[in-house]
Amino acid sequence: MGKKTDVWQGTLALMILKTLESMGPQHGYGIARRIEQRSGDRLSLNYGTVYPSLLKLEQEGAIESDWGLSENNRKAKFYRLTRAGRKQIEQEQRSWERTTAIVQRFLKPSEEGA
Amino acid sequence: MRAARVWWRRLCGLVAGERIAREISAELEAHLELHIADQVRAGTSPEEARRQAILQLGGISAVKEAYRDRSSVPALEHLRQDVRFAVRQLWRNSGFAATAMLVLALGIGAATAIFAFVDAALLKPLPYKDPSRLMSVDESTSMFPRSNVSYFDYLDWKRENKVFTSLDVYRGAGYLLKDGARVQMVDAARVSAGFFQTLSVAPQIGRLFRAGEDAPNAPHLVMLSYAAWQRRFGGDVNVVGRGLVLSGDLYTVIGVLPARFEFGPVGGAELWTAIDPAHGCEARRSCHDEHGVGRLRPGVSAEAALREMKMIAGRLEKEYPDSNRGQSATVTPLADVITGPVRPLLVLLMSGALLLLALAVVNVNSLLLVRSESRRLEMAVRTSLGASRGRMVMQFLTEASVLLGAGGLMGLACAAAGIRFLLYLAPADMVVRAPYLRDAGFNAQVLAFGLTVAAAAAVCFGVTPLALLPKGDPHAYLSAGGRWSAGLSWRRFGSKLVVVELATTVVLLVSAGLLAKSLYVLLHVNVGFEPDHLAAATVAAPDNLYGAGAQQTALARRIVAGLRTLPGVTGAALANDLPVSCNCDTDWIRIVGAPFDGRHEDVLERDATPDYFRTMGVKLLRGRFFDESEDASKAKVVVVNQAFVRKYFPHVDPIGQQIGDLKLDPTSLRQVIGVVENIREGTLEDDFWPAEYLPFSQDPGSYFNVVVRTKQDEHGILAQIRGVIQGQDPGVGVSDEISLDDRIRNSPAAYVHRSSTWLVGGFAAVALLLSVIGLYGVVAFSVSRRTREIGVRMALGAEPGAVYWLVLREAGWLTALGIAGGVAGSLGLSEALRRLLFGVEPWDATTLTGVSVLLAAAAILAAWVPARRAARLDPVNALRVD
Repeated sequence: MGKKTDVWQGTLALMILKTLESMGPQHGYGIARRIEQRSGDRLSLNYGTVYPSLLKLEQEGAIESDWGLSENNRKAKFYRLTRAGRKQIEQEQRSWERTTAIVQRFLKPSEEGA
Repeated sequence: MRAARVWWRRLCGLVAGERIAREISAELEAHLELHIADQVRAGTSPEEARRQAILQLGGISAVKEAYRDRSSVPALEHLRQDVRFAVRQLWRNSGFAATAMLVLALGIGAATAIFAFVDAALLKPLPYKDPSRLMSVDESTSMFPRSNVSYFDYLDWKRENKVFTSLDVYRGAGYLLKDGARVQMVDAARVSAGFFQTLSVAPQIGRLFRAGEDAPNAPHLVMLSYAAWQRRFGGDVNVVGRGLVLSGDLYTVIGVLPARFEFGPVGGAELWTAIDPAHGCEARRSCHDEHGVGRLRPGVSAEAALREMKMIAGRLEKEYPDSNRGQSATVTPLADVITGPVRPLLVLLMSGALLLLALAVVNVNSLLLVRSESRRLEMAVRTSLGASRGRMVMQFLTEASVLLGAGGLMGLACAAAGIRFLLYLAPADMVVRAPYLRDAGFNAQVLAFGLTVAAAAAVCFGVTPLALLPKGDPHAYLSAGGRWSAGLSWRRFGSKLVVVELATTVVLLVSAGLLAKSLYVLLHVNVGFEPDHLAAATVAAPDNLYGAGAQQTALARRIVAGLRTLPGVTGAALANDLPVSCNCDTDWIRIVGAPFDGRHEDVLERDATPDYFRTMGVKLLRGRFFDESEDASKAKVVVVNQAFVRKYFPHVDPIGQQIGDLKLDPTSLRQVIGVVENIREGTLEDDFWPAEYLPFSQDPGSYFNVVVRTKQDEHGILAQIRGVIQGQDPGVGVSDEISLDDRIRNSPAAYVHRSSTWLVGGFAAVALLLSVIGLYGVVAFSVSRRTREIGVRMALGAEPGAVYWLVLREAGWLTALGIAGGVAGSLGLSEALRRLLFGVEPWDATTLTGVSVLLAAAAILAAWVPARRAARLDPVNALRVD
């Protein structure tokens, strides 16, 4: 395994939302695995941190949860996006893109400088 | 919006804590199973798979904890745990908890109840519009700093002043009201037409007086107080326009005052009529019968108003030198005049209650400290197990708050009951003069005060344990066995608290002692007559039937003769004023043959029937009393008192001297025929003033007081007085039948002294109990901490006497310091107390010594119990103590 990157503060929620958007309803383990896979196993994800994040999103009304059966017939709690959650994705995605754009400007060599 | 939703969900989580915990457990269990199943499919052994799954999860309990913190509000969660813990702890020590709560309830209850009266009397504005602009405007002389205004002077003041938007006058009055066959005396007030407009009062029904309705010979009109309207007319709305016969004259009711309306200076007035300037006192400039009330013009200060009124009074003095010599003016806020009399008493009681409260807080604080001290080991263990200092302080605070919450609630309940009780104790005629006291109740301000006091106590409770919690390394404490060093800090701090308690107690005891001594001196003051076996009553004859002096004299003779026929009566007489009333009703005199510079000399004027002095038991010093034959047809005579002789005839024989009015008008001249001992005409606290006693038949009136001396108990005759007098004429009003002894004992001066003595005495008694318990606590705790030391001493041969000495010495030091501090404090506060004392100096040595001895005795008693326990220790057992 190569060097892994930690999850940046505040990005986990967006990752969870995006995962639910693309996969549909999913349980906590599935979400954690999926995030890891999507990062090409380059992200060091402590699975446990997913749960407080899920709770926070649920408290905010971005997701809802229900108990259901997993693919191999185990009881698990499934999370799915709400309308408010979809809107939140748009907002956060935009805000994230703006942030990275700004950071990009700092990293690129200055154009008007000497 | 989203944040609000999150907080709401988290608060819900506070309640649903257990369900959430179950769910996250199940969810994590499912997570692990899924993860393990994946790993096993990939070929890992089940054990290894489980290990890795947990590892990647980051530990089950860590996740659960993070999840729990997120699911509710951790601070509140802790608080809930602390409260539960505190209640459990207190429940286990229910004796301690009950004591502490009771002490707090007492302190908070007393302070809050007294505050309700302070609020009603001193803080709440008077119930008129813009009351701070209302001024009491009166005349002022060298003998009376605030005296009545003459109606003529008032008219000039009203016309000439530029500082008041309106200036009006009022005076107390009384009417005879026919009630069935009998007549009743009804308290009333006469006011100038604009009086209610000046106060800004609107009528309940009907209308107020209009301008000009106080003119000479205006129609007779009357307004009813709300209480009179309810009681005498059943609240009939058609009362306006009805006729009412008052002292023989027909009056028309024009309106009713609202229920909220009150005016202390004439508090008991049921009927309000307009001033009648054509008759009586109002018809002479030299007769002073009114009090003024004015509303300041916008932008005019009280000082500016005073300057202007003094200037006008100065002009009048020049214009009317006979009547106005020495008559200046005074302007004081109306609120000071109305609530001034109760202010020193309330300030004293409030201070006493606050001292008691402080004592209660200190006491409970030291109880808490003793407990915390004995819980040091527990604290040290918990600290070393990772409890944060802040968390433990929080727990202390929670425990104190639970105590305070319960004690405070009890205290507020006590206060609510106490307010009613105090109001019930206050005599009716005092409440009539101070109607605002009726408003004392458990209102929002009183509640706010109680809560503030409780909060301040909470802060005290919170700060002290901070200083005592184990700092630094808890292991050092633990390894020392928590034995020797323990208690040192408490002993230092706790003993300081006890010294404060004792000193506070001394201050309260000294105050109570001084007040009690004042009361004793006051009730034993020489009144100048024998007050036992004397009954008295007030009599008013209607002016339309008894307007002339001859009619009044005849009525007086018939009444006195009637009273003498009652069984057991040895003397009966009447006078215009009863003794122990006021140094008022004065006359201006001039001595024939003495140099005169025109200055007004006020002496008390009393009109009495011949048997008055004998009936009252007054000693004749020289000359003779009046006799029956000295009536209006004979030469005028006068009896004077000792104070009169001392002031006006210091070097000559007073008998045979002549006194007259300011102009020595020949018809005013009277010859001095006798000198009597000083009679206490003023209140018990007042000095003797020069007084002249005129024969009633030479200066009669239609309003007077009868006195009757009886062989048996004077209370038995009270019910018969009215019958005898109204047997002469049923149209004559009789009221206030009373035993003179009772009248003196319940006079306002005696009442103020008695109530302050009892209340402050009560505070002091509680304080004594609290501080003695506090001292006992300190000494007992110190003995229990020194058990091993005492055991060693005894094993080495110390006698029980030496052990007694060891313990008592500690208590003795604390008590001596407390007493010294308390005596110093009392002396420091003595000036504040001086206004409430009578015949006693604030540094009264007997009281200070007595209090010191009392406290020392109580302290020795409190220390004796633990000292005895220490002296009886078995050294073998003592050394085994952990």
